[in-house]
Amino acid sequence: MRTLNIFRTQAFRIVFVYVMVFALSVSALLGFTYWNTERALDEQTDQIIGAEIAGLSEQYQRLGLRGLADVVMSRSANGGPGLYLLLDRAKQPIAGNLDGMPQNVSRRGVEIEFDYERRVEGNLQRRRARGRLFQLMGGFELLVAQDVHERYLTEQLFSTTLPWTVVMMLILGMVGGGLMSRNILRRLDLINRTAADIIAGDMSRRVPVTSAHDEFDALAESLNRMLDRIQRLMQGVREVTDSVAHDLRTPLTRLRNRLEDTLRHLDPSDAHAAEIEAMMRETDQIITTFNALLLIAEADSGVMRGAISRLDLAPVADDMAELYAPLAEENGVTLEIKPAGSTVIEGNRSLISQALANLIDNAIKYTPRGGHIAVSTAMTPLGAELTVADTGPGIPPEQRSHVLERFVRLETSRNSPGTGLGLALVAAVARLHGAELHLDDNAPGLKATIRFPRRAPRKAAQPEPALLAASV
Amino acid sequence: MRILVVEDDLEAQRYLVNGLKEAGHVVDDAADGETGLTLALSRPYDVAIVDRMLPKMDGLRVVAEMREHGNATPVLFLSALTEVDERVKGLKAGGDDYLTKPYAFVELLARIDALMRRRSPSSVKTRLQVGDLELDLLTRAAKRNGTAIELQPREFRLLEYLMRHAGQVVTRTMLLESVWEYHFDPQTNVIDVHISRLRAKIDKGFELPLLHTVRGAGYMIRAHA
Repeated sequence: MRTLNIFRTQAFRIVFVYVMVFALSVSALLGFTYWNTERALDEQTDQIIGAEIAGLSEQYQRLGLRGLADVVMSRSANGGPGLYLLLDRAKQPIAGNLDGMPQNVSRRGVEIEFDYERRVEGNLQRRRARGRLFQLMGGFELLVAQDVHERYLTEQLFSTTLPWTVVMMLILGMVGGGLMSRNILRRLDLINRTAADIIAGDMSRRVPVTSAHDEFDALAESLNRMLDRIQRLMQGVREVTDSVAHDLRTPLTRLRNRLEDTLRHLDPSDAHAAEIEAMMRETDQIITTFNALLLIAEADSGVMRGAISRLDLAPVADDMAELYAPLAEENGVTLEIKPAGSTVIEGNRSLISQALANLIDNAIKYTPRGGHIAVSTAMTPLGAELTVADTGPGIPPEQRSHVLERFVRLETSRNSPGTGLGLALVAAVARLHGAELHLDDNAPGLKATIRFPRRAPRKAAQPEPALLAASV
Repeated sequence: MRILVVEDDLEAQRYLVNGLKEAGHVVDDAADGETGLTLALSRPYDVAIVDRMLPKMDGLRVVAEMREHGNATPVLFLSALTEVDERVKGLKAGGDDYLTKPYAFVELLARIDALMRRRSPSSVKTRLQVGDLELDLLTRAAKRNGTAIELQPREFRLLEYLMRHAGQVVTRTMLLESVWEYHFDPQTNVIDVHISRLRAKIDKGFELPLLHTVRGAGYMIRAHA
């Protein structure tokens, strides 16, 4: 099983997307509200300025420059938010509460914004104002403005706090999401571990159900019901297999005994002797097929009842190649063992030897004279491999998975002796070891590889205990 | 030879007993574990044939009890169980050999002969001789009529096994189990090819063949035709 990385989980992805969308919407909403409020406030200020300019220009038309200067002076004196400045043609101040035309003026449409200094409670303060410069007839200019320092401060505050708010929201959201997905992952992990234990052969394991009665508990209960059913089915198959084994073995034993007994009492020259010998051979064939079927059934039940130990594939291959070398030579085929370093797996020597014997036997059977068979073991990044490659006719790609089934024999091999269980048995032995049987093209010929998993099946089934330790 | 048969399937027992009697053995029988154990402990036997699953007392228990009482009678287990580690369990319990049902009677006879032979102290020999064929177990050299014969290590072990059982039928399964240590049926007669190679080395050019094929059973090495 792969180690769960919290950043790669679906739960984390969902949380991440949610937090991002949430942060974006909140920023947009705050931004819009701010922009709208600012606009409303500015409009209000602009209206006041507009009204004052209208009033003052009316005064100018009625009372002339003298009268306007008086009004400006009196308004300047009342200490409100209003700011005034009347300039002559040379841009020199005539009247008003500003010392001169302000520097650092920034245009905002018709309005301008600028900083000015004002004495507040005895301290000179730099403040922000917004106003409009109005051209009077005769080349005079009038600046009417409002103090908008409060609004300016709010704006400053907003633009510094908004990014921080968003950052905080992202951090808190991620932490919260992480905790949430951690919780979900823990529940998923429980289910995963149970499944791994069951795959490793412990059919009695069940997914723990909590008292929360949530979706995970519903899932756990469904899985457990399914597992109960599978277990019942497997037990059924096992019982059938066991009773078939017992009920068939006894009469087969008797049949063979009787035939042997009869043969013993016959005169060797008796014409029936050959017939009985043929019957015995048939019986033996039935027994062989029967034993192979039982072994496949046992392997398919998924529980290895035999002894498993650390096993080096190299000497197993050596021994088997040595056993079959003379037979290969007799058939005009060279059998070569490709030596490799130690290839240690966890397995059952007898079963693996039998599987290898079947593969070599097949190779010898189907490789024509002058052909070549190579038996090799190798430790690859994928795991340990045991390979038998021949230069025979091979198996067409579309039939490769088909030949692994029971009793399937290709048309080309119908006439040669065999049970049709050879490759099925090899595949079953492989399954029993958590390994896989691969049939490939040896160009020309067949390359049969048993690929054992990188770690022992039982150990591989144990997930990492510190699965979530590095998360969040 | 006195043989004890403990088997609960009465028909199987009858065939077994008849066959053994015809082969010239004296046979006692028991149909359950307790009776079998009582017999085994009360009379001397050369070999006991014990079914793995018996009423009253399991075959494994019978043999374990025999061994606990200091009884060293060679035991051959018969079993309908094929699971790969059943053999190991049987041998651990004190059994000397293990045969899975259904078996060939010749196979059983050959194994019993081998078991009885094992009791005689011939295993300390350092030289084996059959006719003019000699095998030195210390120098690992083979000679026939004074001429050295070159043998591969496995051929040597094969010849050694045959010569230790000279005059007895040795089955293919016995050879596969003892010389190659495999406990399964390889279907094709791989053993026959090894035997014919060995035969070419020890019998070729000599007037009197030593290695004989016993039809329907196996092989036998013996000095006289």
